[in-house]
Amino acid sequence: MTNSAIVVAGLRVIRGGRDVLRDLSFTVEPGSVTGLLGPSGCGKTTLMRAIVGVQLTHGGSVTVLGEPAGSKPLRNRIGYATQNPAVYADLTITESLRYFASVLGAPRASVAEVIEQVGLTSHADVLVGQLSGGQRGRASLAVALLGSPELLVLDEPTVGLDPVLREHLWDLFHRLAAQGTTLVVSSHVMDEAARCTRLLLMREGVLLADDSPDALRAETGQQDLEQAFLHLVREKEHTS
Amino acid sequence: MSASITLATTRRILNQLRHDPRTVVMLVLVPTLLMVLLRFVFNSAVVFSHVAPALLGVFPFVIMFLIASITTLRERTTGTLERLMTMPLGKFDLLAGYALAFGLVAVVQVLVAAAVSLWWLGLTVQGSVWSLLLITALDALLGMALGLFVSAFATTEFQAIQFMPVFVLPQALLCGLFQPRSEMGWLLNWLSDVMPLSYAVEALQQVTGGAEWTATLTRNLLVVLGCALLALALGAATLRRRTP
Repeated sequence: MTNSAIVVAGLRVIRGGRDVLRDLSFTVEPGSVTGLLGPSGCGKTTLMRAIVGVQLTHGGSVTVLGEPAGSKPLRNRIGYATQNPAVYADLTITESLRYFASVLGAPRASVAEVIEQVGLTSHADVLVGQLSGGQRGRASLAVALLGSPELLVLDEPTVGLDPVLREHLWDLFHRLAAQGTTLVVSSHVMDEAARCTRLLLMREGVLLADDSPDALRAETGQQDLEQAFLHLVREKEHTS
Repeated sequence: MSASITLATTRRILNQLRHDPRTVVMLVLVPTLLMVLLRFVFNSAVVFSHVAPALLGVFPFVIMFLIASITTLRERTTGTLERLMTMPLGKFDLLAGYALAFGLVAVVQVLVAAAVSLWWLGLTVQGSVWSLLLITALDALLGMALGLFVSAFATTEFQAIQFMPVFVLPQALLCGLFQPRSEMGWLLNWLSDVMPLSYAVEALQQVTGGAEWTATLTRNLLVVLGCALLALALGAATLRRRTP
């Protein structure tokens, strides 16, 4: 247990007088690709913000790579990409990444490397503001990849991308995981769930399931993961 | 504090400006054009010399206030600030980076406006031109620091722009530019005493009116610098790593 990449214990977050996360507990193993799935508004983003340490919490604890979430030693060991691309619109991709690389103390050569990884080399000198929504998202993802972080927290990284690019990014995620990087990837599209090694299914701030895709299929008797999710929702409503 | 992160931030902000040539042209030329306009409104080099020094301090103050509040607000609303807060960047690295970048812009702005005023519009300065530039640079720093601070209280760019009349115009009205501060009623006089711009304008009037460096001048400069640093510290307190 001590070498888990993330340990969340009894995490509680209140926003605007509403319980967004209610007593959440789970662990994430190193080198895994954990999918955080659930309908929009279920608390996925809040949970990811708590993991990277920018969310005010109201109880429980989050330990990341053996340190309390948000603590100083973690600040160049985690890559975080928000749902809305957080890159400077009035800089080129290269300029934007160079800045973040100097803040992280990442080598200058890593800039071209991460641009290549997200498939934007041909746009490296284009202003971010002139890119399409999907390209902007990938530029933001590139920032998260800078400095080869041990943990990547990616909020809906594949939203708005065509199937070819989505495939390309998922290949990248698995390649990184094979090298030992831990990934937490959120999505509200269930067909991405099958690509994860582990799934956290969330609904209204609580975990409905924490298992591998195969185990979920077996438990619910549903081949389709979307059906499996619906099955769990109905079961939960039935018992409560 | 990290010097390399501060300098990287300065370079990043100047790069952002470089991609926006229209803003650069306006930053550099607008104060100068306003000085030219003022000179011909008065139509007299003597009256102009009386008012111009104060305005050389007020213009960079106002412009830097606006620019700083909008850029930091943008940094907050687009999520780049949150991203930076997950990285090994200290709050003062960011603020110092901003101060350096905008300070540099302000110096260029004042250099152009002062050069045109001195050589073409007939402004006469008894004291040294360098002290004039130093004071105006401090004014710009003050405007920037206040802009950074109040941007924390704006949630939209509309609000940020309206903080200008709220925070800046009363200072401009009471700083002694329109009416000597000693001739104001006690309440207004007291208000002008607690407004940093009053000290900046007084310092500018001293430099243009007399050749020697006085103790009051030093005091005025220290007040302006102190207020700028205070506003920067308050601005740093509004940058939070964890938000609700």
